[in-house]
Amino acid sequence: MSEPIVVTKGLTKRYGERTAVDAVDLTVYRGEIYGFLGPNGAGKTTTLRMLLGLVRPTRGHATVLGHAPGDPAGLRRIGALVEGPGFYPYLSGRENLRVLARYARLGDVAVEAALEQVDLTDRAGDRYKSYSLGMKQRLGVAGALLGQPDLLILDEPTNGLDPAGMADMRDLIRALADHGQTVVLSSHQLGEVEQICDRVGVIAEGRLRVESSVADLRGHASLLVRADPLPEAARVAERLVGADRVSVVDGSLRLAARREEAAELVRALVGARVAVHEIYPRERTLEDAFFALMNDMEEGR
Amino acid sequence: MTAAIRAELRRLTRWPALWVICGTWVLLNLTFGYVFNYLSYQSEGGGGFSAGGTKAQLLADMMPDRSPVILVQGMPMFGGALLMILGALAVGSGYGWGTWKTVFTTGPRRWTALGGTLVGIGLVIAALVAVTMAADLGAALIVSTVENVPVAWPTVSGLAQGLGSALLIGGMWTAAGALLGTLTRGPALSVGLGLVWALVVENLLRGVASLLGPVKAVTDWLPGTAAGSLAGAIGAAPQGEANGTPGVQTILGGGPATTLLLAYVAAFLVASLLLTSRRDVVS
Repeated sequence: MSEPIVVTKGLTKRYGERTAVDAVDLTVYRGEIYGFLGPNGAGKTTTLRMLLGLVRPTRGHATVLGHAPGDPAGLRRIGALVEGPGFYPYLSGRENLRVLARYARLGDVAVEAALEQVDLTDRAGDRYKSYSLGMKQRLGVAGALLGQPDLLILDEPTNGLDPAGMADMRDLIRALADHGQTVVLSSHQLGEVEQICDRVGVIAEGRLRVESSVADLRGHASLLVRADPLPEAARVAERLVGADRVSVVDGSLRLAARREEAAELVRALVGARVAVHEIYPRERTLEDAFFALMNDMEEGR
Repeated sequence: MTAAIRAELRRLTRWPALWVICGTWVLLNLTFGYVFNYLSYQSEGGGGFSAGGTKAQLLADMMPDRSPVILVQGMPMFGGALLMILGALAVGSGYGWGTWKTVFTTGPRRWTALGGTLVGIGLVIAALVAVTMAADLGAALIVSTVENVPVAWPTVSGLAQGLGSALLIGGMWTAAGALLGTLTRGPALSVGLGLVWALVVENLLRGVASLLGPVKAVTDWLPGTAAGSLAGAIGAAPQGEANGTPGVQTILGGGPATTLLLAYVAAFLVASLLLTSRRDVVS
């Protein structure tokens, strides 16, 4: 695995009696796209704000690109869009980026490149306050891209975008990662995270519940089989793939198996004179995994 | 800091609210300093707008050598209130728009970014004071030409005193507005609180102080008292006198008023910078 560039240890933020973020340990590696998931109020944005030095942790610490959060040397290598874009409403999109570019000691060439990347050049001369939500969001991402940062921290980057805009944003993020930039993004769009993220962290009630690759979180694919007689079908399946991978759910067999194993299973069942009425693969989506995790949490209370 | 100042000047000079506030101040200054006085001077008896003043005194007040006083006399209350709005909006709006969050994640230290804003506004005020002075001198020159009166130019020290006093009073109220914008993290509440303080509370407290001795010990050191006293010390007629201007006082001498104003400017700026550097940015 490549070099870790974001590391938090016991990162905690309390507001009075309320613990917004509770002892979060997360690691983001160079070049990956890390999805930060969680329900509303779970602590995602507070965590991202702590990584950027906007909010000081109550306890614990973090290093981002080898610097303490908020250190100008680190911030200069980070592009961020946290909790919606924030720009001067009376300036055009281009002028807003030029103001940011002055702060970052960048020239107007960087501004035009960023506008080009988010496909906003045509409307860059319009006042920010006249922009649609999606255009504001794209300008926010353009602001984050100024100066080609090593790390992008994007909070809900597709918020307000239409389907085509969302697809463009996914392509952009993927392209950035392909060029070696690291992306940390939070999103409610689980399908989107599933498509573009390498690893995810799931936070709920301030605590990091899971941190793993998307594939590991989704778990194994399964095959669902409607067969008769069911007990005999279960015995055949257990002999074939192992008892620990077979269960009976709602009158069907569920096997933890890939779709490529279906043919062999059907052959075995037919050979044992079991009538196979239906067999179909079922792959757990990230959304399934996310809700299962949330349900486990609810039941564990 | 240079990058922050350049960035802030870029956005401040394109901000319509800045031009509206600055334009309003120049217009008010000319209207109350020259237009109304000249109309009063032209009217029969010469007392139509400035009760108690003689025609000769009215004309003398409109000559170029009085322009530094005209510049400063409106600063303690009306000019100060406008500049406080400017300071509160310049800093407080950044929280409402979310631009502080954007700027702070771009790279500069927080105190550098806010320092850039404060220096930027300071430069704007310096330019505003210079433009107002030029406008006042221009108006005075027109009056002296129209009335065929020999032009009496202000002395260099008089000019410097007027410019410096206006800058100090304006700077103090702007810094007060910036602090309120920082404290309230928004433009609306900071502007409201600032105006109530500058236009109402200080005057009420001074009214109470005339009845209660211990309160006077406090009111003598309020920001408005210092600003009004500096204007009074350079020759503006105090509130209540003939041709007196609201907000002008004679409570403190020029030296103590200047020192107190400088102390307020420093305190307001340091408090703003400390608060901005230490507090969480949650909007």
